[in-house]
Amino acid sequence: MHAPDSAPRPVPCTLAGMVEGARLSVPMLPGVLVFAAAVGAASAEKGLTLGQAVLMSFAVYAGASQLLALQLWPEIFSLSAIVALVVVTTAVNLRFLLMGAALQPWLSRGPAGPVHLGLAGLTDANFVIGSRYHSGGGQDAGVFVGAGVFMWIIWTLATIPGHALGHLLTDPKRFAIDMVMPLTFTVMSVGLFRMRRDRLAWPVAGAVAVITAQLVEGFWFIIAGALAGSLAAGMFRDRS
Amino acid sequence: MTAADWTGPVAAILAMAAATYMVRFAGYWIMSRVPLTPFLRAALEALPGAIIVATVVPLAMRGGLSAWIGVAVAAATMLAVRKDIAAMAAGMGAVMAARAIGLP
Repeated sequence: MHAPDSAPRPVPCTLAGMVEGARLSVPMLPGVLVFAAAVGAASAEKGLTLGQAVLMSFAVYAGASQLLALQLWPEIFSLSAIVALVVVTTAVNLRFLLMGAALQPWLSRGPAGPVHLGLAGLTDANFVIGSRYHSGGGQDAGVFVGAGVFMWIIWTLATIPGHALGHLLTDPKRFAIDMVMPLTFTVMSVGLFRMRRDRLAWPVAGAVAVITAQLVEGFWFIIAGALAGSLAAGMFRDRS
Repeated sequence: MTAADWTGPVAAILAMAAATYMVRFAGYWIMSRVPLTPFLRAALEALPGAIIVATVVPLAMRGGLSAWIGVAVAAATMLAVRKDIAAMAAGMGAVMAARAIGLP
């Protein structure tokens, strides 16, 4: 259990922690490289220049939303077309809001500069690496920051060969690109489960997500399922 | 190249980026202004796992039988050898193999 709130201990952010974060990211490289290549290929197909493809990967840095936005990429950029892209991107990335909230009690005790850099690069990868590290008792915010920055660089660079060699990746499903995020999560979730805390939260999250996915288009199921599971854990917490 | 050729795409990319940064910081910002009650603490501690479950299960359902095979192989490999990279490779390989032989 946690110590009382009255004296929150400061959280360090060390260079060694950042290197450790990068090291923990290495197993995700194959998935991220293929995913980034698919995004690069989709950008080439939709007529983005190499510079625009790299700019998108660097500035947006959120693969699932980039891939979906590119599927809807317009030929004429009216204001309403841009608004539609922003709405789709926000909807797919709304899970980052929950991730930031989940990390806040830990990261807010760290140095603001590096923590904000890590948050700017918040994605599924460094979220799950940071969460697993912290749930195992780790305190160094550098692990979260280092994983984020490392993957950010890799992601941006890996867009380039995808843009150039896009024609080799005509069918992303064949290369299991739609499964990179779920498989990364599956692998990282092993060891995250705590019986007393999660025996209710996980089934509730899964059930609500599945029902939402049947009823609502898009990626809202992540938000609905995660909130339901989290609220269940809050309401039925152990009061010892 | 005229201005109109690149302004549209670049404006769209920058707008998408701005929206993404807003959601990245919004949850963190909200939580720093809300007192951490025992209820919220328990809810936030369960949130990472809940996000993972709520992502994996519906996406695996959308991905079909091949996706379930991949998830099962990845989880089993992880439980057996506790090596992220081996589990990722096994999962991706299983999905690709299942799709190569024509499974949905």
